[in-house]
Amino acid sequence: MNAPPKAITGPSTFLDDRLGAGNFLKRNLRKVFPDHWSFLLGEIALYSFVILLLTGTFLTFWFKPSMGEVNYLGNYAPLYDVRMSEAYASSLHISFDVRGGLLVRQMHHWAALLFVAGMTAHALRIFFTGAYRKPRELNWLIGVGLLTLALLEGLTGYSLPDDLLSGAGLRITQGVAQSIPIVGTYISFFLFGGEYPGHDVIPRFYTIHILLIPGILLALISAHMILMWVQKHTQMPGKARTEKNVVGAPFYPAFMAKSGAFFLFTFGVIALLGTFAQINPIWLFGPYNPANISAGSQPDWYMGFLEGALRLMPAWEINFLGHTVTFSVLIPALVPMGIIMTGLALYPFLEQWVTGDRREHHVCDRPRNNPHRTSIGISAITFYGILWLLGANDEISANFHIDLYTTTWFGRFAVFIGPAIAYWITYRTCIGLQRKDAEVLSHGVESGVIKRMPNGQYIEVHTPPAEDIAEHIRGKKEIPVLTGSADGDGIPPKGARSAIGRLRTRMSEAYGTDHVPLTDGHHNGHHEEEPAAVGAGERKELH
Amino acid sequence: MTEQNEYPESGRVPTRVIGTPPADAPIEEHDPIHEPAGVEGVIPQDPVKVRKAERMVAFLFLITFLAGAAFIAAYVIFQVGTIDKTATSNYALGGTLALALLSLGAGVTVWVRQIMPKYNLVQERHLMASDSDTREYVKETFLQGADESGFVKHRLLRRTLLLAAAPLGLAPLVLLKDLGPLPGTSLRHTVWGEAMKNGKPRRLVVEGTGQPIRAADFNSPGGILSVVPEGYEEDLNALAKATLILLKFRPEEIKSGTNKNWTVDGIVAYSKICTHVGCPAALYEQTTHHILCPCHQSTFDAADGAKVIFGPAARPLPQLPLGIDEEGYLVAKSDFKVPVGPSFWERGDAEAEVREKA
Repeated sequence: MNAPPKAITGPSTFLDDRLGAGNFLKRNLRKVFPDHWSFLLGEIALYSFVILLLTGTFLTFWFKPSMGEVNYLGNYAPLYDVRMSEAYASSLHISFDVRGGLLVRQMHHWAALLFVAGMTAHALRIFFTGAYRKPRELNWLIGVGLLTLALLEGLTGYSLPDDLLSGAGLRITQGVAQSIPIVGTYISFFLFGGEYPGHDVIPRFYTIHILLIPGILLALISAHMILMWVQKHTQMPGKARTEKNVVGAPFYPAFMAKSGAFFLFTFGVIALLGTFAQINPIWLFGPYNPANISAGSQPDWYMGFLEGALRLMPAWEINFLGHTVTFSVLIPALVPMGIIMTGLALYPFLEQWVTGDRREHHVCDRPRNNPHRTSIGISAITFYGILWLLGANDEISANFHIDLYTTTWFGRFAVFIGPAIAYWITYRTCIGLQRKDAEVLSHGVESGVIKRMPNGQYIEVHTPPAEDIAEHIRGKKEIPVLTGSADGDGIPPKGARSAIGRLRTRMSEAYGTDHVPLTDGHHNGHHEEEPAAVGAGERKELH
Repeated sequence: MTEQNEYPESGRVPTRVIGTPPADAPIEEHDPIHEPAGVEGVIPQDPVKVRKAERMVAFLFLITFLAGAAFIAAYVIFQVGTIDKTATSNYALGGTLALALLSLGAGVTVWVRQIMPKYNLVQERHLMASDSDTREYVKETFLQGADESGFVKHRLLRRTLLLAAAPLGLAPLVLLKDLGPLPGTSLRHTVWGEAMKNGKPRRLVVEGTGQPIRAADFNSPGGILSVVPEGYEEDLNALAKATLILLKFRPEEIKSGTNKNWTVDGIVAYSKICTHVGCPAALYEQTTHHILCPCHQSTFDAADGAKVIFGPAARPLPQLPLGIDEEGYLVAKSDFKVPVGPSFWERGDAEAEVREKA
């Protein structure tokens, strides 16, 4: 094409005359985006959010957020003439009387599960590669906020249909709220407009679910995107990739088209799930009644860890001066969530404090190259995972014929022991992988060629690794270590003299000490410790 | 031959066994594929492959067209109404939608990967921080503005502004007060304590049918019955606190934890609302007399005052004082002596208070 068509130049000129958009486009049309499969995880969450907005808007056209009681007169025969709330009746109406209603409802639910799953996987990617480091701490904090809000959004969303299962979740939420010291009963009465269940909670949750939280999510996601755009993407270590550049494909046209395609894939997969994988069949549960419950009630996956924590906690309640504190509700409801979210939010700053590292980082760490960080992450996943798993201990007990109380007791110990074991295994695995890397660099890789030496000795020929892989391995960065050692006069630096200072120095040493420094075999073909290895110069004759 | 192992132009990390040469590594010294042409870092595709890919993409877009048209047709053709019709409509709509989206996505992906050039563009990064001159300028401007505004100089302005803001900041909180009534003592009472209009004690009726229960007829040792208060069968707020489970024991089975004065012929009524977080404790195992809450598996011994045997609940299910009226139906002699349901701050040790009074 020699000149853009008039249909494009006309409006473009119009806009540029008024907005000066050309300057922005000049800088950004060819903005470079690095490529790695794990960079798509956040996009899954982003596109799920878009799909949630689309499907959710469709659902609001028919959903009636009211707890007023009606007799159901719709098409679903088994519940005909049953007394229920308008919310539940309109959810049945969407499912059975609106063409595509069931599909969109199921897609909305699946998109919600995928939204939180995508965010979680994305957050783990960021954590394990250290992509939260300076200058991206603020975006990391926004991400933690997004994850917390997404949990709330999910909770308010699945309470809306007012079926028996969602009512069980709401009842537990109320029971937890009521147990909060001093203000608990007030929170509960203000949220529910009086005693549980009242007639206000669904209209209130509706407003929170479709206006308040989505509005905040939209604002935070926009900020998240803008910061990502301004600070540029991180990249995995590799050839020609430095802390000072970005290597990849341009926004226009390649990245744009790829992202569009990935949105379509996400949408398509959610459509497939919504079609063929039934989710939340509310018509089977019946209308909510606080006197009823069905066995095996399970929340959506992202609430599972809280459910598990509630189940594992032993009974513990104290009374003093006429007041009651129920630790058996408070601890599981607040502590795991607090540990995980606070831990996530503080980690970048704690790491900076421990390593003293105030530099900018744009090249990602491979998880093995920061073994303590990776071990902490895997420990947290184990902690979360055990709670999550035990949130379904009744299902485990029923399906695997294990005594119910045995699963609880297992969980009570495993939630402490599991993370410790996971830490040790992960740490050793990281060190092992680092040793493997060092070996690949220093000794090369097995070529599969056996060579007979003039003296009759047989050796396997090692060849240097492929350049791109070698560069990937050489991307390992040293973790800075604070020096707390005494100077020539035997006086340690000022910051390291207090108890906290000494602790910081010790932690820094443990965190940053490199146990497997890379000795690059690139420049010397032969290695004395392993005479069998043959360098690059000798390889040609083998082919 | 080391140089042939290089994979210079692609930014992708190849998926292959460490150290082996990439599958599409050129055999020739001069590599026509990876030869930069025109712009550096933009590597055009092989024209033969491009033509093949074009046909593929066109085919995928055609599928999207057909599936999209089928989606609209399915909306018109398949009506909803019965369970089967809804299922058919759902499969038809969802299947065509998914096919249309996925083949469009696949088409665009093939387009990007096989028709658009491969890229290995490099852009410089710049430190996020602004330079020291800019910082200095911003600092000076800030100070100058602060002085010009008089905010620093005029202390009275500053203080009255803060004063003015304080009530406005509180206003939204105050507005929320009418979200609900204050709890008062409402959590301590249930409708079992309210007198009937005719002055008679309130009967226990079966949940669902509303039938009153004649003590002589309730004879199912081993089973439990879900029971609600007469007159409140449909009131969810009342049911959330007043629902009962009714059990019958042989006299020798009842242990000391159960108040025998509150039983009628071995019939015992406990609150169904779990003392943990309020789920209905609905499961019963008759051989062990265990009541189990399905939410978090708090387990109560029904024969022994519903005391906690396992799980996170910290208190027994409260027992309702039972009696019979002149027609022989089960009635509540009074309200529960302690608050039912989950714990709350103001609750206190109600059980101890009851014991002291006794």
